[in-house]
Amino acid sequence: MSQDLYAKLEWLPQPPADFRARCRALAGDPEASGRAIALLANHALNENHLRQLAEAIGALSARDASLSPLTPFLLAVVGNVMLEPLLPALIGSAPRHGISLRCVEADFAQTVQEAMSPESRINSARPDAVLLALDFRGLPLTTGLYDEETARGIVAGAVAHLDALRAAFHANAGARVIVQTLAPPPETAFGSYDRVVPGTMRSLCARFNAALVESVRGSDDVVFDVAALAETVGLASWHSPRQWNVAKLPFDARFLPLYADHVCRIVGALRGKSRRCLILDLDDTLWGGVIGDDGLEGIVLGQGDWTGEAFLDVQRAALALRERGIVLAVSSKNDDAVARRPFAEHPDMLLREEHIAAFQANWSDKATNIATIAEELALGLDSMVLLDNNRVERGLVREMLPQVAVPELPDDPALYARTLAAAGYFETIAFSDEDRKRASFYQDNALRLALRGAIGDVEAYLASLEMRIVFRPFNVTGRSRIAQLINKSNQFNLTTRRYDEAEVARFEADPDFFTLQVRLIDTYGDNGMISVAICRPTNERTWEIDTWVMSCRVLGRRVEHMVLREIIRHARAVKIERLVGRYVPTERNAMVRDHYAKLGFRLVTDGAEAATWELETAAEPPEESMAVDRSGFERSPAQK
Amino acid sequence: MSLDDIYQRLTELLREVFNDDSIVARPDLTADQVAGWDSFAYLRVIFTVERAFGINFAASEITSLKNVGELAQLIDAKVNA
Repeated sequence: MSQDLYAKLEWLPQPPADFRARCRALAGDPEASGRAIALLANHALNENHLRQLAEAIGALSARDASLSPLTPFLLAVVGNVMLEPLLPALIGSAPRHGISLRCVEADFAQTVQEAMSPESRINSARPDAVLLALDFRGLPLTTGLYDEETARGIVAGAVAHLDALRAAFHANAGARVIVQTLAPPPETAFGSYDRVVPGTMRSLCARFNAALVESVRGSDDVVFDVAALAETVGLASWHSPRQWNVAKLPFDARFLPLYADHVCRIVGALRGKSRRCLILDLDDTLWGGVIGDDGLEGIVLGQGDWTGEAFLDVQRAALALRERGIVLAVSSKNDDAVARRPFAEHPDMLLREEHIAAFQANWSDKATNIATIAEELALGLDSMVLLDNNRVERGLVREMLPQVAVPELPDDPALYARTLAAAGYFETIAFSDEDRKRASFYQDNALRLALRGAIGDVEAYLASLEMRIVFRPFNVTGRSRIAQLINKSNQFNLTTRRYDEAEVARFEADPDFFTLQVRLIDTYGDNGMISVAICRPTNERTWEIDTWVMSCRVLGRRVEHMVLREIIRHARAVKIERLVGRYVPTERNAMVRDHYAKLGFRLVTDGAEAATWELETAAEPPEESMAVDRSGFERSPAQK
Repeated sequence: MSLDDIYQRLTELLREVFNDDSIVARPDLTADQVAGWDSFAYLRVIFTVERAFGINFAASEITSLKNVGELAQLIDAKVNA
């Protein structure tokens, strides 16, 4: 199940079979250190494991053992829910985030008393932070068929209640407060219409969450977005009516390790423990295949290929992290020049060398390389995350450099980016102007907004996309994607002739053929190679369009008009007077039956097997509806 | 799954929950014979059993269990239904 990634903390390696025995050994070890605790904590621990580890940590603390280098933190936990099971889960999870956590808990549902009385157990403990574990049942949010104004008043009252608790803990305990957004229960009164009616729980929670964030902004308190966490795993899974009824558990106990890990991420972030650098492996992590074996044209990356798109997602995720200030580095077993080639030359690479702060491609072991990167960047090993598809390398780095976080990855690259995000290595409690300066994404955002404002009619929309079409003759870099488009396109395919890579290479080399590969770039990014055409001469004055395919993703963008315009341009240059187009019907390509008619071709012969169309190249070509980027045609017949 | 298998698995699970290798799941084992078996620990036993066996108990089924034997019978009825 897709929620297992989260519920079972699947980015962490499985605990050893003798985990319980190891915890007990740790508890009795006079040499035990925080490092040894962190090693045990860095597994996919379930609730029982966490309790076992928490007991071991408790035993060590009881004899005042040093838990260095873990940073001590005292967390008070108050709420309207059963708190007892939360504490060992929090204590067992915290070492994963560089923290040795002690907890002090309030009595069940004693939130207000604990906050307001200066002598309360919580306030007199002087905690470093207070976790306010309130769910939707713990706030004055009474549902009803109110009008707008009443609902607004109820939400304002609930936020004011929380504000008062926060102020009291600040005053009486000197502690900052971690407040939770509310996950609404899945049960509705009206169905979808619950969103519309102001007084339903769904509406109240949404309004409360928005108001809470505004109230906390600018204070030194922190929002823990439980609503987002619950939505991520599914509200129906998150809320267990039975577990609430029997145990006052605010969510299904199987999410306890996940919840605890998220709290500890925030606590870690409060103590500056969040990671700062993402180190990327290359082969089969940033692209499919092995650059050293498969070469620039053999690696899998880019739009239009399922696996290729998955690797784009990984690159996009890395770039997004970089934009918010996370440093990117590369560690790869490769020759340096070979490893850098895709960054410099592959048209689908999103990551470029300028994005990589430290580039280590050589044949030394990864642990050595990562240590070098840490030195080069003057960052600690405990700031590093290594993303690597190879489980042997992962194991080696965990063994040699246990401070480096190394997420487990599933077999399917489509889930790499999600798994990295789920691990939450880069949790933050603030985003400073300095972070912002490292980013250029606000510029892009502004662009998007301008774009949304511009959409009115189709033409204006197309114009707002700022499309740029890229024309190249066939070349070695494009070869495999060309063959793939020729073999995979079924709908926008005029003749459905299939050519393999060797045949594509022959077209590429034959000066009598005119070949065209087409990419389309717009404000949303690069759509990759989306169209291919091959023209073969049938006599001195005529080209027959042997093959014309296009990805349906760019339908309706006037790409085919631009392609015809380009063909005419090159045809005229070599004194070709006539273009012949054929439509060969198949079960799948009816959408292009009128393709040539729409482009102004004249029907010559029609039949069940094929229709033949003609166009004089002297005819007025379609108008230029986007910017053109053209190069590489020096060897083509156009320049002959 | 035989009743023996169920008891064997229960032994492992109870040891996990109570972090105590001396526990053996027997039909006549009751909460007061196990250190730390309070009302919340009981629920941890129930939730752990549910996940391990892939079953769900209704609240009414788990309010009146007197000993491990009754729990094993309940598991048996659900697993081998």
